[in-house]
Amino acid sequence: MADVLAELPIATQDGSAPLMLVRGLEAWYGESHVLHGVNLEVREGEVVTLLGRNGAGKTTTLRSIMGVVPKRSGSVHYAGRELIGARSDIIARAGIGYVPEERGIFASLDVTENLMLPPVVRPGGLPLDEIYELFPNLRERARSQGTKLSGGEQQMLAIARILRTGAKLLLLDEPSEGLAPVIVQQIGRTIRKLKERGFTVVLVEQNFRFAQTVADRHYVMEHGKVVDTVRNEDLTASLERLQQYLGV
Amino acid sequence: MDEIFGIPAPLLFGQLLLGLINGAFYAMLSLGLAVIFGLLNIINFTHGAQFMMGAFAAWMLLEWAGLGYWWALLLAPIIVGATGVITERLMIRRLYKLDHLYGLLLTFGIGLIIEGIFRNEFGSSGLPYRIPPQLQGSWDLGFMFLPIYRGWVVIFALFACLATWLVIEKTRLGAYLRAATENATLVQAFGVNVPRMITLTYGAGVGLAALAGVLAAPIYSVNPQMGSNLIIVVFAVVVIGGMGSILGSVLTGFGLGIVEGLTKVFWPEASATVIFVIMAIVLLARPAGLFGRG
Repeated sequence: MADVLAELPIATQDGSAPLMLVRGLEAWYGESHVLHGVNLEVREGEVVTLLGRNGAGKTTTLRSIMGVVPKRSGSVHYAGRELIGARSDIIARAGIGYVPEERGIFASLDVTENLMLPPVVRPGGLPLDEIYELFPNLRERARSQGTKLSGGEQQMLAIARILRTGAKLLLLDEPSEGLAPVIVQQIGRTIRKLKERGFTVVLVEQNFRFAQTVADRHYVMEHGKVVDTVRNEDLTASLERLQQYLGV
Repeated sequence: MDEIFGIPAPLLFGQLLLGLINGAFYAMLSLGLAVIFGLLNIINFTHGAQFMMGAFAAWMLLEWAGLGYWWALLLAPIIVGATGVITERLMIRRLYKLDHLYGLLLTFGIGLIIEGIFRNEFGSSGLPYRIPPQLQGSWDLGFMFLPIYRGWVVIFALFACLATWLVIEKTRLGAYLRAATENATLVQAFGVNVPRMITLTYGAGVGLAALAGVLAAPIYSVNPQMGSNLIIVVFAVVVIGGMGSILGSVLTGFGLGIVEGLTKVFWPEASATVIFVIMAIVLLARPAGLFGRG
């Protein structure tokens, strides 16, 4: 299997190697086979979304890249390293930051402790001042228990804490989920700022209007596979096709 | 000042002190159990044997290596903690994905084996361990004589509990520990080597039991059963305080030691059962324990 994958071309259209190349990614929860060979490539500085209906395998794709599923196979090539066999702490230390769907704010830690929790994995993370500039609420509520924050604030905290660590690739699982439109806009602005700062983002989204405002490219997932790719500028032209996939 | 509630004052204070000392051991042992349970989700039934090993380590250091009490306070927790690290790596680690019950059975079995080995080697009559010269004698407090060593045990235990609490609540390492207790998978996905942290946490909990064992060596005689006698009460303390609660186990440990001491004064026949009666009442009224969550 590994030999076949090694022969796949790694260079993309513009000739540069992608920051992350996922080939034939499969994942299982116990007996149930959830991912059936996901292929993705993400170039440095890109914002890419995974779109698709509930149960299409978007969240599992992020979890599999991060190494937090019980069983996975295939290839996750990141910044020149193969990570498919690595433990999740090694994957994080390679420079990947993760915001899980449930946000994962710790109730027994206050806001500052939550913010400072992920260890710095490499130099070049955002300094604390800039993080507070992006998310002023976090400074005001520094001593509050993490889970006492509003849903929007918890989402910001979940994003903020991986900006410190020097991770270059951020995996965000539905940051807009369950939040008021104003907050969703604020998170959209944040993601665009992160792109300007040179972060690379893979974003799982159900909210396709939101995805449109932040992303360069969209992958469409169905039944545990990537079935289509759409560049953001072609999105309007492909609207009908996408609506069929997403059932909206 | 001769009598309080019709009880001679020296008797009352004597039992209060005894209660405080027992409470100190309850607190230190249940603290270790709470730390281990919080992160490993394993009820460490080897804890009594590890406490006993701490006392024996002190005795061996003195008899075989000529190293006295102060060295034992430092070295015994490290030595016994290291055996805990090995136990976790070789055996306990294999059980994390299974039901709690398996961990309980394994650690209970390991405890029995350790106790058996020590009984075989050293007999069950007990070995003497002398109070270090610096802590011999007693202070006259006016209303009673306080043996210096007993006062030292209470103060040292308080200090050890406070230090453990500070590490867990106020340091970065403690933040990792608290976060991993809630969601170990996510903490690892942030880049923390959680398996190593679990091993070291178990080692630290075991070391705390051994430290209590060293403190106990001059008070109780050093014998293979010293842990199993104490640990039953300690489990009741943990249940009353709430599984996994750090502050809860410390407060409950000292509190129940005092309650037990007072019961000896006012109703001596009930003193052996009072803690279990309290446990039954707490379980009925607050199954999660006095300080437990949820």
